[in-house]
Amino acid sequence: MFSYTIKRFLMMIMTILIIATLTFILMHSIPGSPFNEERTTNETIQANLERFYKLDEPLPVQYMYYLKSIVTLDFGPSIKKPNETVNELLARGFPISFELGMVTILVAVISGVLLGTFAALRHNGIIDYFAMTFAVIGISVPSFVLATLLIQKLAVDYNIFPPATWSSPMHMVLPVLALATGPMAIIARLTRSSMLEVLTQDYIKMARAKGLSPFRIVARHALRNALMPVVTIMGTMLAGILTGTFVIEKIFAIPGMGKYFVESINNRDYPVIMGTTVFYSTILVFMLFVVDLVYGFLDPRIKLHKKEGDA
Amino acid sequence: MNEQQLENARELAKERRAEVGRSQQAVVTAHTQKTKRKKVITDDIILSVDNLHVSFKTYGGNVHAVRGVSFDLRKGETLAIVGESGCGKSVTSNAIMGLIPQPPGRISDGKVMFKDVNLTNMTKKELRKVQGVDISMIFQDPMTALNPTLTIGEQLMEGVLTHTKASKAEAKEKALAMLRLVGIPNPQERLKQYPHQFSGGMRQRIVIAIALICEPELLIADEPTTALDVTIQAQILELFEEIQAKTGVSIVLITHDLGVVAKIADRIAVMYAGKIIELGTKREIFYTPQHPYTQGLLNSVPRLDLIAEELQPIEGTPPDLFAPPKGCAFTARCPFAMEVCEHVHPDTTIKSATHRVDCWLQDKRAQAFLATAQK
Repeated sequence: MFSYTIKRFLMMIMTILIIATLTFILMHSIPGSPFNEERTTNETIQANLERFYKLDEPLPVQYMYYLKSIVTLDFGPSIKKPNETVNELLARGFPISFELGMVTILVAVISGVLLGTFAALRHNGIIDYFAMTFAVIGISVPSFVLATLLIQKLAVDYNIFPPATWSSPMHMVLPVLALATGPMAIIARLTRSSMLEVLTQDYIKMARAKGLSPFRIVARHALRNALMPVVTIMGTMLAGILTGTFVIEKIFAIPGMGKYFVESINNRDYPVIMGTTVFYSTILVFMLFVVDLVYGFLDPRIKLHKKEGDA
Repeated sequence: MNEQQLENARELAKERRAEVGRSQQAVVTAHTQKTKRKKVITDDIILSVDNLHVSFKTYGGNVHAVRGVSFDLRKGETLAIVGESGCGKSVTSNAIMGLIPQPPGRISDGKVMFKDVNLTNMTKKELRKVQGVDISMIFQDPMTALNPTLTIGEQLMEGVLTHTKASKAEAKEKALAMLRLVGIPNPQERLKQYPHQFSGGMRQRIVIAIALICEPELLIADEPTTALDVTIQAQILELFEEIQAKTGVSIVLITHDLGVVAKIADRIAVMYAGKIIELGTKREIFYTPQHPYTQGLLNSVPRLDLIAEELQPIEGTPPDLFAPPKGCAFTARCPFAMEVCEHVHPDTTIKSATHRVDCWLQDKRAQAFLATAQK
């Protein structure tokens, strides 16, 4: 287990390094610079600015500075908002984005698994048909379409939930609904099909022959086995939810990280691009690691600490 | 590998050898104990199946899988139900156990009396108080019958904790005792392990331990040795005999392996196309089979003691149970088929107190036909 964690950790660092390098290359291959604006600035001022941000150095040197900023976890001040550092931006935006993401995942997993399980237990019954129709709609409708519909209906027409911003649990409802519906639908479908398969297994029949209650059979014997495929897609789903928050944050005017992320690219605000990208990829890579650990916890047959040479 | 590791490895190997020796010793003592005990069959009827009908609704129509099965089982007795694939053996056992999924299955007629209660008109909740407590079941494939994500300790104790007021510690004691009974060495450690850490034979022992942990009076074994290799089969069969001698449990054994039947059954029911066509003691079925199907079944077993050129299969295939034949279902494959066989189902002929058979050849009027057929 320990050696596996170390190995995974080194791999994570490698992954982040590659992402950082690619980001650097892409960032500098977009034409323009932070100081290209419609009104022309004084040439000496521009030169001074570039010197201050070390943009006059050759790219390989800039790359080294860039790596240094990653290692020291200090991304410096934003170019467009000079009175704020990237670290401050992250510290302000991330907790909100994280909250939105986590609540969304929680809602998606819990409701998706419940829906899928009930659908499987009532296979070809009304609940099943209802759940699966709902799932197909949920997968097909993009979150931003759903978001605008939700605002129109639940906020504007019926005035149940506030339409935008982020300050109370009531404010969370609409963005979380918009963001969670897609993943929930996928999880529900996946849970249903894998649950249907698990329920035909001999060990479920054996559990029935033991005279266990249906609840216990599902909760203790079936669910854990049926969740394996769900855990497998959780990793990619997390990526989807995290990036999905950009759009949703924009629609609901949530002051999360997504705003800075999108703005920074439009503004060629190099330090902010670097900071947000590296930060996001670190979170994501770490989440994938957690997912792998959960895997081993759910199924004892998967041994994480297997080294080469171990039989 | 350094010296220390080498030393440790040697130490470990020594311990292993000693352990193997101990467990072999245990097997030997168990064996000598077994020969002392003798199983007792009393006259109390524990299970009585009466005219059981089970059908399944499918897209192609209704399948009549079991069409009127009747038999009695006494306390401490082993009844084997034999027959080829699809003849309704497993459906019969599932029906007794209350495991027919309804729908699509339906017990359309008949009774399953366990002692003096009818299992077929119990609610699911009432049935759960019987399942695993009074009646237990052993499944065919030990590789799939155990839940891969739960330790075998959890799977063993679960039944005890659900059905009795035993505490966790008591349940654990019981689980340990069961593992010892079925001959699993190091039960303390094994309790914490998962099914994938056991071999096939060991897993079947655990499945048996789980089935027996609540001390049931009736055990239904659905092809318990089919998925095991031959040497393990013998061990498991011996375990059955040993447990029956110790606990007096009655066993319904579903199998298509006549070798297994010859070893542990007291009585044999031969099933064909959803009906029991012949029922008798082991001796009666093996030495004086009356039904042409039973004879064919026995003839089709490969024998090492005869230098036969070829196997003798029963020609043809079983009838379609979507539309079961009106008369005797074996007619199409029967070498002695008469016109009456096709249209009217034969009555049951009582050959002896223990032997009954459903065949027109038993009718007095058929004797003339038999004489010509033999020429």
